[in-house]
Amino acid sequence: MTTAQRINLQLKRVPAWPIYVAGALVPCWYLYLGLTGGLGVDPVKAMEHALGERALQLLIVVLAVTPLRDVTGVSLVRFRRALGLVTFWLVSCHLAVWLVLDVQILSQIWADILKRPYITIGMLAFVLMIPVAITSNNLSIRKLGPKRWKRLHQLTYACAGLGAIHFVMLVKGFQIEPLVYLGIVLALLAMRLPRPVKRAVA
Amino acid sequence: MAHRYISDLTRADVTPKEMWRTRRQIMAGAGAAALGLAAGPALAKLGAVKTGYGQDLEPNSWADITSYNNFYEFGTGKEDPARNSADMVTDFWTVKVDGLVDAPGDYTLAQLLDGMTIEERIYRFRCVEAWSMVVPWAGFELADLLNKVGVKPEAKYVSFETAVIPGVMEGVSYPVLDWPYREGLRLDEAMHPLTIMATGLYDEPLPNQNGAPLRLVVPWKYGFKSIKSIVRISLVEEMPETSWNLSNAREYGFFSNVNPLVDHPRWSQATERRIGGGLFARRQETLMFNGYEAEVASLYDGMDLAENY
Repeated sequence: MTTAQRINLQLKRVPAWPIYVAGALVPCWYLYLGLTGGLGVDPVKAMEHALGERALQLLIVVLAVTPLRDVTGVSLVRFRRALGLVTFWLVSCHLAVWLVLDVQILSQIWADILKRPYITIGMLAFVLMIPVAITSNNLSIRKLGPKRWKRLHQLTYACAGLGAIHFVMLVKGFQIEPLVYLGIVLALLAMRLPRPVKRAVA
Repeated sequence: MAHRYISDLTRADVTPKEMWRTRRQIMAGAGAAALGLAAGPALAKLGAVKTGYGQDLEPNSWADITSYNNFYEFGTGKEDPARNSADMVTDFWTVKVDGLVDAPGDYTLAQLLDGMTIEERIYRFRCVEAWSMVVPWAGFELADLLNKVGVKPEAKYVSFETAVIPGVMEGVSYPVLDWPYREGLRLDEAMHPLTIMATGLYDEPLPNQNGAPLRLVVPWKYGFKSIKSIVRISLVEEMPETSWNLSNAREYGFFSNVNPLVDHPRWSQATERRIGGGLFARRQETLMFNGYEAEVASLYDGMDLAENY
């Protein structure tokens, strides 16, 4: 038995439900910090940015599952649904903080979504995540059939790219951190490109 | 031959950074005192003269003002300047005054401050990122400084430069902006009585993260115009280059007057988040010229403010 197989065997015993519990608690933890001064003097922005960044990081983990299996043989596929749904939950909270605590004014929210490209892109990423999140269950796989279900879930690639671009577009000046995220996302997507078939040497 | 010198010293014998830094500061202080340069003991109250400016405003706390800063030379995070700026030594600060002036030269801070009246000015502070504070500055009118060095009649603009101290300012290793940070004012803006050079806040010397030892404060313009830790002031004929304008001319104009009617391309400027209100504070309406319309609007008579953003 290879090391990867041994690891996979051990991972089978690890349940996925703690991911949901931990994920559900993340925004609660930020809310607690925000209410008790733990997020500094501008807790709204701190919470908004923290939730957005955690979501992007988690989305990168989700995207890394397949390349990790291809390269090392270690499979985290069992946890991918939980990780994906928690990502959606964090993005929803990120959006809610922006709507309710930050912008507050309904007319300005609409104006921002339509007029500001980085917000348009962020909203688009969120909207594309909705069908993926709704169909993240076994019933949907059966109903849609694995082929169509898989194609639908490839929307995740677009969401990750848009999410990273959203981050790149919102900073001031030339900043490296968001470009690093974009680079990682693009690298993980590039690893999925069909590889040229090696021709047998005659 | 390697290993010729064997030291019996270990990591534990290394003087901790905090200790030698403190020692160096003490020696610097002693040197300054010996030369009779020290204005007084460290952290002495400035004794700023009370004025009528902003008496109706509720200032943000010392903690708000000194923990939430944009000073990209020390990092792009809001907490970075407070965390990373302790090593900046401002004791022997000099400011180069050059260009179209009668008395150019390298001025020590004491020379610049000589004859100036330090006043308390409680001003609204509106960041281009749509947050705001109220800051009780201590400082003197820039006009007094300009009159002291003598402005030649050809001068039309004032340009300013921030210090660049590699090794102390972590941020200048990265091309976030084209260093040194530069800002500028039209001469009439610079001579306006609201425009001050701040040396303190809450009657204490400016903390490094707020732009010690000398910074500009132009309360009717977005915060980035109020350049920090100034080492050079030049009187010039042409409109000077400014850092944010060089970085993104579409988003940051030369004037950058606070204007709720002219949006930043990426966000609205109609409202602002007042820092210190906590999680559930309502946004506030942004005021024309940040509430200083009566005092400064006439500077821009006949100008299209959407065009000259």
